[in-house]
Amino acid sequence: MAELNVNIGNLKLKNPVMTASGTFGYGIEYADFMDISRLGGIFVKGTTIQPREGNPYPRMAETPAGMLNAVGLQNKGADYFAEHIYPQIKDIDTNMIVNVSGSSVETYVECAERIAELERIPAIELNISCPNVKQGGMAFGVTCSGASEVVRAVRKVYPKTLIVKLSPNVTDITEIARAVEAEGADAVSLINTMLGMAIDAEKRRPVLSTITGGLSGPCVKPVALRMVWQTSKAVQIPIIGLGGISSWKDAVEFMLAGATAIQIGTYNFVDPTVSIQVIDGLNDYCERHGFKSVREIIGALEV
Amino acid sequence: MKKYMLDLKVAANERLHPNYCLLKLRGDEALPEMHPGQFVQVRVEDSPRTFLRRPISINYVDRERNELWLLIQLVGEGTRHLAEARVGDSINVLLPLGNGFTLPNEGDTQKLLLVGGGVGTAPMLYLGACLKAGGFTPTFLLGARSEGDLLQLDAFRAWGEVYVTTEDGSMGERGYVTNHSVLKEKRFDMIYTCGPKPMMMAVARYASAEGIACEVSLENTMACGIGACLCCVEKLKDEHHVCVCTEGPVFNIEKLSWLN
Ligand SMILES: Cc1cc2nc3c(=O)[nH]c(=O)nc-3n(C[C@H](O)[C@H](O)[C@H](O)COP(=O)(O)OP(=O)(O)OC[C@H]3O[C@@H](n4cnc5c(N)ncnc54)[C@H](O)[C@@H]3O)c2cc1C
Ligand SMILES: Cc1cc2nc3c(=O)[nH]c(=O)nc-3n(C[C@H](O)[C@H](O)[C@H](O)COP(=O)(O)O)c2cc1C
Ligand code: FES
Repeated sequence: MAELNVNIGNLKLKNPVMTASGTFGYGIEYADFMDISRLGGIFVKGTTIQPREGNPYPRMAETPAGMLNAVGLQNKGADYFAEHIYPQIKDIDTNMIVNVSGSSVETYVECAERIAELERIPAIELNISCPNVKQGGMAFGVTCSGASEVVRAVRKVYPKTLIVKLSPNVTDITEIARAVEAEGADAVSLINTMLGMAIDAEKRRPVLSTITGGLSGPCVKPVALRMVWQTSKAVQIPIIGLGGISSWKDAVEFMLAGATAIQIGTYNFVDPTVSIQVIDGLNDYCERHGFKSVREIIGALEV
Repeated sequence: MKKYMLDLKVAANERLHPNYCLLKLRGDEALPEMHPGQFVQVRVEDSPRTFLRRPISINYVDRERNELWLLIQLVGEGTRHLAEARVGDSINVLLPLGNGFTLPNEGDTQKLLLVGGGVGTAPMLYLGACLKAGGFTPTFLLGARSEGDLLQLDAFRAWGEVYVTTEDGSMGERGYVTNHSVLKEKRFDMIYTCGPKPMMMAVARYASAEGIACEVSLENTMACGIGACLCCVEKLKDEHHVCVCTEGPVFNIEKLSWLN
């Protein structure tokens, strides 16, 4: 057995494999199919201080090797999470990380403060990159000043591990990464979904109620990989890589490009046990190549 | 109910119609308990443009042969690919998913009408079989475009009386299910329906006007099928979005915003 544990700031992961926000519910949805406590971490659904109904149906369009979504952060709010969901998930033996969203700096801060009170939530992932909400969301993630402002404000009230999730819908993702690092983010995760669109030719109408939506799945992997590589050259803080991962091989590629850990999103829909296969595959890869620890492959790309 | 991911073997693939196939999938071990109205998420492998699983209703569960039946209408690449499956092929499914139809209490003397249209007849067969096993005698009202589009009629007849409408009048009464004379001749206490949305809406309006309880089965597009992605939502009367894959696919029409 190779050593699979890695650290993201103060956060200890038993292995680098985690599941991405919005694709894995609160973890319990998958518990019939796999032992979810084997994961390095679970990023739960996007949470906002107030409840949100999300966007109207239809919210999904399939693409070859991926999908577009326009869920729009439907959730029952931070209080509901704390009172009704947290008690169900707090004893799962893995890192349960809450993905925090807002529509203004104040609402990001309020939500982060509310989640900070929950003892068994060791980290938050600040979502400044959701393309599916009108206010806030991605608006903060596409400029350095917006990203800095929200991270600075949340950093003041959030003492635990602060991960900032970056949008690929920018000219230069490394600038945003540097900006959030400068404000004290403990890590960055990338990428969120890429802005896309689907049209129903027969009906001459958009497929999604919101016309545009977020693209994810294997089709975005090369873009995500490139962005992880570029970002790893630009910042010192750990990077959590995601975007289209569907196998252990993809995970190895992201780690070679500089990711300390990875998340699996859309592919959970295709194979709910994919993350377990990735953990086992990473171990096999390390053994096969004589690495004592998976940490040896982080950024080990030879160019 | 506990959900499973299983590799099932194709025991038969019957082309009932140019556009429909009946897949009979056999388990190595006893298939888990499944309720009528529940569905399965079928993985479609080696079909380049099919990425996500396909939600398909439970058509029938043959306990003696340990078979799960899926009635599949060929509409796009994913379903066409499934229709090519050969005996012995392995098909990966997640099951049983969602909430099924509400069965009446044992001993109730309810008159039950099961209305199916197009591929929406699929869940009605297993529902009819379970009702019959529970001591009820269901009545089926099945609609199709033409005689050749009415599938599995003998199987339906094994569980109850079958009435038929076709749009061209080639079998049964001409017209839509909601025009059938059986609705005037008999009084039903409960209607279950699945089919194209306009048909289900017409059935729901009829049931509501007559004060008959009614459950419909929705077919919203899905990604995960297990309540994780929130893509499949339906807005209920109370304005809240709920997941069709976990709260449905079967809903009482009282909850839906359709009749407003
Ligand atoms: C709970 C549930 C139960 C279902 N039960 C059955 C069943 O028993 N038998 C069966 O044949 N089909 C059933 N369906 C519909 C089936 O899932 C779709 O027809 C299938 O996913 C289409 O896949 P495809 O790749 O062939 O077509 P695609 O290439 O994905 O689409 C082809 C065409 O079909 C339409 N379509 C795609 N998905 C749906 C959908 N969910 N509902 C309506 N139209 C759709 C598309 O808009 C497009 O016009 C069910 C759907 C749900 C949600
Ligand atoms: C249905 C769906 C819902 C999502 N919801 C969220 C969310 O609430 N917050 C967030 O930060 N990212 C969300 N994402 C983005 C994913 O977490 C992930 O960044 C993206 O899908 C790329 O990874 P993948 O290709 O492995 O899915 C969502 C993605 C999907 C497909
Ligand atoms: S299909 Fe994912 S929540 Fe229903």
